[in-house]
Amino acid sequence: MSRGITTKTIVAIGIGTAVFVILNRFAAIPTGVPNTNFQTSYAFLALMAILFGPVAGGLIGFIGHALTDAIVWGSVWWSWVIVSGFVGVVIGLFANKINIEDGTFGGKEIFTFNIAQVVAQAVGWFIVAPVLDILIYAEPANKVFLQGIVAGAFNILTAGVLGTLLLVAYAKTRSKSDSLDLDL
Amino acid sequence: MAVEMLSFIDRKSPIHQLTGATKLVCFLLWSFAAMLTYDTRILVLLFIASLLIFKISKIKVREIAFILILILTFLLINNIAIYVFAPQQGVAIYGTKHILLQLVGNYDVTAEQLFYHLNITLKYFVVIPAALLFIVTTNPSEFASSLNRIGVSYRIAYAVSIALRYIPDIQRDYRTIALAQQARGVDLSRKEKLPTRIKNAASIVLPLIFSSLDRIEIISNVMDLRGFGKNKKRTWYRNRPFQKGDYIAISLLLLLLIISLVVTFYDGNRFYNPFV
Repeated sequence: MSRGITTKTIVAIGIGTAVFVILNRFAAIPTGVPNTNFQTSYAFLALMAILFGPVAGGLIGFIGHALTDAIVWGSVWWSWVIVSGFVGVVIGLFANKINIEDGTFGGKEIFTFNIAQVVAQAVGWFIVAPVLDILIYAEPANKVFLQGIVAGAFNILTAGVLGTLLLVAYAKTRSKSDSLDLDL
Repeated sequence: MAVEMLSFIDRKSPIHQLTGATKLVCFLLWSFAAMLTYDTRILVLLFIASLLIFKISKIKVREIAFILILILTFLLINNIAIYVFAPQQGVAIYGTKHILLQLVGNYDVTAEQLFYHLNITLKYFVVIPAALLFIVTTNPSEFASSLNRIGVSYRIAYAVSIALRYIPDIQRDYRTIALAQQARGVDLSRKEKLPTRIKNAASIVLPLIFSSLDRIEIISNVMDLRGFGKNKKRTWYRNRPFQKGDYIAISLLLLLLIISLVVTFYDGNRFYNPFV
């Protein structure tokens, strides 16, 4: 693990974590359902996972969520922290299917990205998070599954809409690999 | 936007004098003990111990009151939610049913359910002081070197150190961008409808993310130029050698973990059952 990581990935993890914490803290939009927000941070996590791969995605999710919990709530809810890391890793695994550095992010890539984020988050929030809650905290099953489904659905929606927007905007800043023409 | 966050509080106390690595190890051991057990006797013991440690640390309740209120509100909501969704969870766990108060449907108040709520609440009360103390008594710069010391690769430890270093900067960026957008008439408050609010939030989030991506580029170039990652090891400016107190603290916590595990699993069940 230690040799394969470039300096850029390390810095991406560091800065990414800081941005994740700030977005979690300030850029959450209330949905109207108590205690549930549109977490813009998960759209950002998806972007970072696509840009820097599974190691960065996983660590930004894991460290970012743990730090947020710690400095905002004063205690760390480990079961959900693990899931944030999991989501980052799984989306990151699709990173080499999407060559965003080439400046192409069209219909096909949007489709791949959304499959990736829906699969990662559905498994994470609907299954892993509630199961860990039951194992660690012995909370009632129907409560934690409902919590997982509500939070997961909002996160999937946020990553789908805002995440796609972010990636499209990012792709526009890259120059296309075939953007040069031979002048005859 | 004067939102308070927990941060390091410098003070002279035996807890502050422990090295960051010791506090990290102790915090992890403590979390394990609290996570694994559901034994009321152990939870009460841990709770009393955490109050004692808090006293020793010379941190005043007033300094962390804002966060305590937040946590207590959350705990209350959580308890109500559990009761609404599973009023007989306690009966399922402890296997007996002592009805205290008849209510409609499934909502009879049972002694088992109340005891279960007491345990859940205690479990939080055990973890919260330890986590709070760890955050307010550990110097952030020392934290990265402690991670490295307990075996985390120094590259990852450095990433954590970068995160802690840049949180205030990114927060300032966020604020600047938010104010600039508000000056241009972008409304972020409740007055806007939800779809507009999401669009308006994007107008802050986008510039913030792109400026952060630039920052990544610059910082990683600087680090590469200075040869970051060339060697297998690195030294830390904020690294202190272990002293007698550190060994004592870790041994005490290990002992506590072992005792709690033995007591908890001695009768083959995570839960302490006073009803049989």
